[in-house]
Amino acid sequence: MIEQKVMDPQQLFFEAERQEVFITGSEIVKEAVKRANVDIAISYPITPQSESMHLVGDLYAEGYVKEYFRGESEFAVMSEVIGAAMAGVRVFTATGGQGALRAFENFPNWSGSRLPLVCAFMTRGLNAPLSIQPDTLEMAFMLDTGMIILHAEAAQDIYDMLLKAFIIAEKTDVHIPVGVFMDGFFVTHTRDKVKITPAEFKLPPYEPYSSPIPVMDMENVPFRHMRDPFVMKSNFISYAAHASWQQEVLAAAERSRRYIQQYLGGLVEKENENADILIITSGTAVSQSQEAIAMAQQEGIDVGLVKIKCIRPFPTAEIQQLAANAKAIIVPEFNRVGWMCRELKSVIEDNTKVVGGPRVFGGMTMPPEMILDEIRRCTQ
Amino acid sequence: MNKNLFKISPGYEEIMPAEYLDLINDGPYGKNYGVDDLGTFKELLEEHPLCAGCGLALSMRLILASLPNPEDTIIVGSTGCSALAFPQVAVQNIHSLFGNQNAVATGLKRALKLRFPDKIKDVVVVAGDGATVDIGLDMVMHSWFRKENITTIMLDNEAYANTGGQESGMSQEKAVLNMAPTGKKFPKIALPEVAQAAGCAYVGEVSPLQAKRLGKMVRNAILIAREIGPTYLQLYSPCPTNYKFKSNETMQKIKDRVKDGTFKVKEYITPEAEQFLAGIEEGKK
Repeated sequence: MIEQKVMDPQQLFFEAERQEVFITGSEIVKEAVKRANVDIAISYPITPQSESMHLVGDLYAEGYVKEYFRGESEFAVMSEVIGAAMAGVRVFTATGGQGALRAFENFPNWSGSRLPLVCAFMTRGLNAPLSIQPDTLEMAFMLDTGMIILHAEAAQDIYDMLLKAFIIAEKTDVHIPVGVFMDGFFVTHTRDKVKITPAEFKLPPYEPYSSPIPVMDMENVPFRHMRDPFVMKSNFISYAAHASWQQEVLAAAERSRRYIQQYLGGLVEKENENADILIITSGTAVSQSQEAIAMAQQEGIDVGLVKIKCIRPFPTAEIQQLAANAKAIIVPEFNRVGWMCRELKSVIEDNTKVVGGPRVFGGMTMPPEMILDEIRRCTQ
Repeated sequence: MNKNLFKISPGYEEIMPAEYLDLINDGPYGKNYGVDDLGTFKELLEEHPLCAGCGLALSMRLILASLPNPEDTIIVGSTGCSALAFPQVAVQNIHSLFGNQNAVATGLKRALKLRFPDKIKDVVVVAGDGATVDIGLDMVMHSWFRKENITTIMLDNEAYANTGGQESGMSQEKAVLNMAPTGKKFPKIALPEVAQAAGCAYVGEVSPLQAKRLGKMVRNAILIAREIGPTYLQLYSPCPTNYKFKSNETMQKIKDRVKDGTFKVKEYITPEAEQFLAGIEEGKK
């Protein structure tokens, strides 16, 4: 193994010197994992995720990751990481699109098993018809899996969110998985300037006995992973046991808010938030919105922007406050169902002012002019 | 396992459940017990909620009594009747999803090797026929192809018993079961042969009728999996509830199958594994 010095997370995230590099999103995944003190990474190919896990494989060959292999399917890989995490090591994997849905049964199981897994999701369209193109539709399905869901806008977010995801996930009072989502191709396959910390420093190792449930290593009292005999019976006690376990998973996500605040500076970022027209969105739709806002400004239209970084837990209080005085809220999205729009409408009191769209999908880009058209309509 | 973790703090002996005390005072950890010792120690399975006469429950008791290293064994199970009994088993055990047991075991074993490079940690998969041969077959076979150091044990009751007696890949041809209303249309899947072709170093078929043999085969399978490669055992464990025979006829059912030639004890071992076992025997002398 390559010798790296352990650095306190707070120091690594906020104080360590940073060097600017100009690399792709997939390469940034490698740089983050290189500094994350990952024990095991398990891979399975799917475009546009494959390259990032090739590069994590290189980290294994170079001695930065202790164990790495290719599993036989996404379903299998997402189960293989369960076994590894239950044995008390830090695990990383990645998938996207069809792969995420192929593996789907595992995700609520990860949360219910209280595993601090970190998975990168490089989003892509869902079949049919066959598509490998960027589309965030899969995120609609992931919202209620119990995972913490972060959405990166650009390469810098990928780097910071991935490293911080391990630390947030592994807090004893959280200890649930974190999905770091990034828009396939738009950020995974394009180069961007990113500020990264020196490769000689890594995060502290995972402490298995910080887990709120027993580690499956027979180094503590013999115990099933979950005491569910009563859960398998049909009586009130069994229902209550299951219900309280589910509530505890939700509560764990709630408790993550303060760590997301501490490490990511909040669940949202905002600029010019007192404008009459607000754009609220996540991922690369934020970048496109910034372009549109600059164009609108030239026409004398004042538009504010809210970037949602964390979708689960949802920034309900933040959004309610930000939306209170806006006259119109535009929600550009890279999917056909408009899941972000649904989320926003469910928490904003006067949701008639929420404009669903513009939306593009099937791999299409979103020209800022489309958003600008929506902005103009809102001024009429 | 550090057995000190398992001690009861002074003053609390009286309020601890009797079965827990029994496990501490007379449990099998570190004792190297086997099937012959049953009845003289506290078994790892505390009662069980399975049906009277359940062949699977008997197989489970025999497996658990034969673990060479119970204090450092982790069992990965799957959904099915056995999942109802496993919460009452006193070694750490995992129920994850239906069919993913060999994938979970793969990750578990590799992670335990990282954390405990100098210690034996046995990972044993114990799952039903539906979990092993149907829904989980790709993951079972890939764990064999990859030469994972895990033991896979199938509790073969020839049906999906917990869901009400549906046909499985291990049901016999022509068996009339739920979802096979006119009889099963294809033969019982030859998983032991598949296991050999897929690279298992040791493969066996046995039943609780041959209890001592079963115990020895479980032991062999686990010891070989540690050092040589994946191993597979198939335990014929008849189900009185779904095959509708009396609960005291389980053994007779196995005898009938032996008689009509549809079940027999089989063992396959690679030369390398055989040499390894011989080496262990040699060491004992």
